[in-house]
This record gives sequence, C-alpha cells and structure tokens, in this order.
Amino acid sequence: MTAVIQTQGLGKRYRRLWALSDCTLSVPAGHVVGLVGPNGAGKTTLLSIAAGMQAPTAGTIEVLGGRPAAGAAQLARVGYLAQDAPVYARLSVADHLKLGVHLNPAWDAGLARGRIGRLDLDPGQRAGTLSVGQRAQLALTLAIAKRPELLILDEPVASLDPLARRQFLQGLMESVAEQGLSVVLSSHLVGDLERVCDYLIVLVASRVQVAGPVEDLLATHHLLSGPRRDPGSLPGGVQVICASHTDMQSTLLVRTSGPVLDPAWTVSEVTLEDLVLAYMSQAAGRSRRHHLEEVPK
Amino acid sequence: MIEFHLDGRSGVAPYLQLIHQVRHALRLGMLHEGDQLPKVKDVAAGLAINPNTVLKAYRELEYEGLAAARPGIGTFVTGTLDGGSLAAHGPLRRDLQRWLAKARRAGLDDESIEALFASTFRSAAEEDIA
Repeated sequence: MTAVIQTQGLGKRYRRLWALSDCTLSVPAGHVVGLVGPNGAGKTTLLSIAAGMQAPTAGTIEVLGGRPAAGAAQLARVGYLAQDAPVYARLSVADHLKLGVHLNPAWDAGLARGRIGRLDLDPGQRAGTLSVGQRAQLALTLAIAKRPELLILDEPVASLDPLARRQFLQGLMESVAEQGLSVVLSSHLVGDLERVCDYLIVLVASRVQVAGPVEDLLATHHLLSGPRRDPGSLPGGVQVICASHTDMQSTLLVRTSGPVLDPAWTVSEVTLEDLVLAYMSQAAGRSRRHHLEEVPK
Repeated sequence: MIEFHLDGRSGVAPYLQLIHQVRHALRLGMLHEGDQLPKVKDVAAGLAINPNTVLKAYRELEYEGLAAARPGIGTFVTGTLDGGSLAAHGPLRRDLQRWLAKARRAGLDDESIEALFASTFRSAAEEDIA
C-alpha cells in the first residue's frame, strides 16, 4: 500500500498548547479518505501541516513521498482547500481563473472554464458577493484545475446548506472518477462520508482509533444485544469497542473477524455512524479514566 | 438508460442498492440485452458517491454474467432475468390492478394492502416448501 500521507510522531505546539502530539498515521493512495474525530482532535492542524501551510514542531511527515511545500514541484502535486473555502473577495471569478493559470504549472484551463460554466457562475462577479455554496465551488474548481495528485479538504461542506453540500460532493466525485486523484477530507457529517469515502480514519486526541477500508470496517463490526452479561465472557478474537448495560440487557459494539455464533446474542449490522460514535466514546472514556488515575492521593 | 437512486436510510450498502436496481430493471423489462449502463463518472457525479462503489457494483454484475465492460466505452447488459416471462406481465398486472381496486373498495389503505400481500406471499411460499 503506497501512502499519500505518512506521519511519525507528528506534533504541533502553539505556545504551550499542543494541537497535535505524537500522531502516527498512514493515508493510502487511490482512495477518498474520510478523517473524522471530535473538535480539537488535531484534524485541521494535521491537514494544514500536510499541505505545507505550517511546519510541525515534532516528528516527521511525508506527503507523496516528499516534504510538504518543499518546492514548486511539491506544491503543484497537492491541492488544499482550507475551512471556509477562502477566496479573494475583491477579485472576480475570472480573475481567480487567471491567477490559476499563472500560479500553477499544470493548470487545466478547459476544466476550470467548463466547471465554472456548468456551475452557472458569472465570470465577472466578485468572489466576495458569491453565496457560500458558490464560493466553495469556486475554491474547489481552483483546487481541482491545478491537477493535483492529492487533494486535501478541511471540512469542505460544513458551512453549506444541504443542496450546496450535495452539489459540492457531486463535483468532487466527478473529479475523482475523471482524474483518479487521491482525496483526504475531514468532516463531521458521517452520512456524507458514507457516500463519498471508501477509507476511514477516526482520530481522537491525535491518536488513530481505527483506520481501514469502509467496507472492511462495516463487515468486521457488529452490534450485539442480549441478556445482560459480562463482556469478559465473550470468546477470544471479539474486541468490545463500546458497551452499554441495563439491568436486563447488554448492548455491545464489537470488532471481530469471524461470525458471532452465540445464539444468546442478536447480531445486527452497524452503520458507519454507529462505528464512528463507538470509537469516539471509547476514546473519551479512556481519557476520563486516565485523568482519574492521575489525581494525586 | 436507467437512472440510479440511493436510499441513505435503508442500511443496504450503496453498491448492493445499485445491483438490486439493475436486477429489478432487468426483471421488469426496463433494461434489455445490449443496453448500456450509466457511465461510472455520471453515476458518481449524479449521486455524489465514490466511483469505486459504482465500479464494484458493475464488477459484481459482470461476475453474475449480467453485464460486460467494453474498455473505453462503458458497461453493457449481457443477460436477462425475466426468464421469458415478460409476456405474462401485462395480463398479471391487469389482474393485480383489478384486485387492488377491489381492495380499496373494501376500505383497505396502502399499508393494509401491502401487509396483506406480504403475509399471503409468505404463507404461499411456506406451503410450497411444506
């Protein structure tokens, strides 16, 4: 598996605060990778380091085998769309495309014009007067028309209404189908991720909780419900990610490679949302316990 | 050409939904041998889904012998699922319409009609097995 992003003990400190610490992960090529996690997990910091917008304080990172923003050639290979899709408010749509021609060696002017035409954007309009959805589409057009090998999107649809969100993702999926580029995108909208991503990474407090092809993750996780009992009584190879109990009943989200044959359990499929929530709450539980243990006696 | 749709709440994996829709269209005679399936790019763009999902569905259909890819052109239907029974659909549909009209006159709402059909279908299937 070749990696588009590979980090080893990556960290970023702002004054005394570590926004990302000891983060080791690998993002495979040829996928649309969804990066999910709670606010403050370090997603934005990680993505902006990968794009070369800031330098790490600790650890190493390789993007497409090179150092982020190491030079013009490296910059040309990576497209990056920061949160809120920044554009130049006083420049027109056409000005943005002109900038694109001058700033990007592999600029695809036909693709850019075609997309702007299909989106029905007025080339003469100033970007500052576009709607939020149109601005996001303009920013995506710029990122795609530079013909990157890797496209990094930080919360690209968070501020869009449902229609604009769908249109944005349609454009993104069309480009993936046409150009076969690798994509990493962070989002809280698991429903969207389920449609567009084929690889998922759950990041909590700089740590990868689980990572893998979406299909494999869904096939190896199950929801078990049955009469209350100790999760310790489960057979080997079954890993409990998240458990809740009432007096009568236990509900477990487990990871297992084989089928669960015990007839006492009702086995059902998990959704991607179940899975993400289970790993996020598992990590939250762990850090709570960790803090309790740290209290001096 | 058929148009795919996705039910986000069904819990059925998107690639399976695409396969079901092709099979369904074949059964109802909406797709025929030689017809082209929508291009991967168009399905991905139309539904905002990962193109690999569409590819996987098409590969599965190829494996079942229902479709074949022609490199550079697209994927085409190569099999049928109607079992030669398509001619019988018309009269059966008319019988069913008459029955539906009767059920409504008897005061059944949509949900009751569906429930009655499903339970009759199941019990008939069980009698067949017994």
